[in-house]
Amino acid sequence: MARALIHMPATARRGEVIEIRALIGHPMETGYRPGADGKIVPRDIIRKFVCRYNGEQVFGAELHQAVSANPYIGFFTVATESGTLEFTWEGDNGFAQTEKMNLTVSAP
Amino acid sequence: MKRREILAAGAGLALLALVRPATATPEEMAAAIKGFTGGAAPKEGKVAFDIAQLIDNGNAVPVTIKVDSPMSAADHVSAIAIFNEKNPHTEVAVFTLGARAGRAEVSTRIRLATSQRLIAIARMSDGSYWSKSVDVIVTLAACIEGEAP
Amino acid sequence: MKRAVIAAAVICCVAVAALADERRSGAEFMGASTQAMQRDDTLNPGMLWVSGGELQWKTAAGASGKSCASCHGDAGKSMRGLAARFPAFDHVSKRTVNLNQRINMCRERRQQAPPLRAESEELLGLEAYVAMQSRGMPVAPPQDAGTRASAARGKQLYLQRMGQLNLSCAQCHDEQAGKRLAGSTIPQAHAAAYPIYRLEWQAMGSLQRRLRNCMSGVRAEIPGFGAQELVELEAWLAVRDKGMKMESPGVRP
Repeated sequence: MARALIHMPATARRGEVIEIRALIGHPMETGYRPGADGKIVPRDIIRKFVCRYNGEQVFGAELHQAVSANPYIGFFTVATESGTLEFTWEGDNGFAQTEKMNLTVSAP
Repeated sequence: MKRREILAAGAGLALLALVRPATATPEEMAAAIKGFTGGAAPKEGKVAFDIAQLIDNGNAVPVTIKVDSPMSAADHVSAIAIFNEKNPHTEVAVFTLGARAGRAEVSTRIRLATSQRLIAIARMSDGSYWSKSVDVIVTLAACIEGEAP
Repeated sequence: MKRAVIAAAVICCVAVAALADERRSGAEFMGASTQAMQRDDTLNPGMLWVSGGELQWKTAAGASGKSCASCHGDAGKSMRGLAARFPAFDHVSKRTVNLNQRINMCRERRQQAPPLRAESEELLGLEAYVAMQSRGMPVAPPQDAGTRASAARGKQLYLQRMGQLNLSCAQCHDEQAGKRLAGSTIPQAHAAAYPIYRLEWQAMGSLQRRLRNCMSGVRAEIPGFGAQELVELEAWLAVRDKGMKMESPGVRP
């Protein structure tokens, strides 16, 4: 399990646009770098990031080698209803991790 | 699977002898852009590309892409793609948005192998494409280690 | 009358000293976006290590079955100001140690747990978590004889030319700070932000890792992690940084 940090508000008014910042620990090995033995270290990156809000995708990202290690993604979503936001990262070598955050949405 | 990857797999040992991987070319960047836009030429405008002009370290360069859009059901940004010109691989990231995003703004940190041009392209819900290019200077760190501990 | 004269003299001295402090954190030598990365906890990659350290603080280790929290409670209270007072002389082992070494000493002596490997995720996480509890506080090197002796030896090392390039720390960081080495601006080599997330490493690292990079840079023989000369250099840097604000966890290029 990689360390992951998600920053977003715990509450919002309906219709409010909230900012979400997601950070996860991962080397994002490009597959171009020679290791200590001179051989190329094979590629090992996170390839996909998805945010689902009560089951519906509201944001996605397809990542390539040029995304830095310990990838950081900042994005926005509209607070529509109370519920759970699920953040999923998937990548090489079967990497898969999901984090959940709750959002309480009150009347505007 | 990309042709380059198939050739690379075949070349195998020969590639290990290379000191540095080949860089992408402006032609490859143009081809990748065409792949994203389905052949359409993106128009300059609506897109802001926030990035430092002089970069401290090419390993982690903060970028923010903002697109001028009401983000309504009828008129919104459906995707934002970032491409580069001189890294070994021309695609950086493709972000999928939609009306529920509320604001067409994404931030991330990217790797830049050398000073080069970058382009951000926004795909709008009406099928149009808008873009912004930036040129950045990447410096190399001094006093580095031989091997990570 | 005499008291007024002395008071005036003291005020003048303090004012002059304040005017003369030309020390600048390494943060001032980096670009705005890198500064923002350090300043904002929601952007700082070092916080991944801090969050790991926070978890470890509460996790039992070794034959003792105790966690750090078992003895030290809430780190926000018990560790406040502690990192600002390291390196410090340890009376049991009769040598000056840095914060990592102190953490490992606690593990061995109190938790009956094996020491954590230098630059391991676990050790850096604990170091970053503990050091963050001193954030914003002034560097305050201990004034006991043992620590001061180490710092004096560290100062000698700082002034001594080394390596194939035959450069001393002082030559770049005291004499040439602000000027450029290849594309990078030479900082003043203040160490109050450690451990740091160095963009070059794409990971967290200790001050010793950075010092070893410098020595690699001048093509000197590089002492192993934990070598006494490195600890002495750290002790001297703490004296040199006295009064500057702790920034851990820092971000540097």
